[in-house]
Amino acid sequence: MKLAEIRNLLDAEVLCCPEGLENEVKSACGSDMMSDVLAYVKDQGILLTGLVNPQTVRTAQMMDMKCIVFVRGKRPEQNVLELAEDNDITVLATDYRMYTACGILYANGLFSEGVDKV
Amino acid sequence: MEPIILTFDVNGDDFSVAGEASSAVKKHLKQLGFPPDLIRRVAIAMYEGEINMVIHADGGVATAEINETGVKITLADRGPGIKDVNLAMQEGYSTAPEEVRNLGFGAGMGLPNIKKYSDDLKIETELGVGTTLTIQINM
Repeated sequence: MKLAEIRNLLDAEVLCCPEGLENEVKSACGSDMMSDVLAYVKDQGILLTGLVNPQTVRTAQMMDMKCIVFVRGKRPEQNVLELAEDNDITVLATDYRMYTACGILYANGLFSEGVDKV
Repeated sequence: MEPIILTFDVNGDDFSVAGEASSAVKKHLKQLGFPPDLIRRVAIAMYEGEINMVIHADGGVATAEINETGVKITLADRGPGIKDVNLAMQEGYSTAPEEVRNLGFGAGMGLPNIKKYSDDLKIETELGVGTTLTIQINM
């Protein structure tokens, strides 16, 4: 699924790196706990989260993710967006809550990678 | 190739800059053309360790030694030390305060995760003196 389609499905605003909207992703994960993202995620292209500190971007960077979607209407500060820009990570913001945002993407064919149970 | 040694001061006062050392090492390995799988394992293991240094130990010194066989990461802090290493290695065990959890960390996955992504993990710790992690990740 292209990031542009994700933007449309989630009625999201593009906060940085719009040039990445043509990138394709095959799977996603949603979490506010970066520890869990680092521990369980494998090859997910997008991180959905309500956590808006710079470590969200750092985590996405370490995991080679292409996009962060901030849910629940959360908007990060400028330094977070600058860090994302430096690392070519597209940032979207949606007013949907985490459960709904993940549900919309899942229902449209964007699954999580590998086994869902740990 | 000649070994490359990168050394970083990890600032323990500013959570917002935690991860800078890991990020720099990741970029360096990419430039050197290391395989993506190795780069990701190094990045995750070092980042977890760097976060731990900031959360628990007020910072320290991080070193990455890169050669053709892999990467050796050394993370040395002068923090309080780990009281029970076996307990700290259990998934889900954490001594991180609530404010750290609110920042998205402290789920008790740090050390187990470092072990998972590395080929060898050595923990030297002394209460009141500090902790040094030596993490080896091979090609």
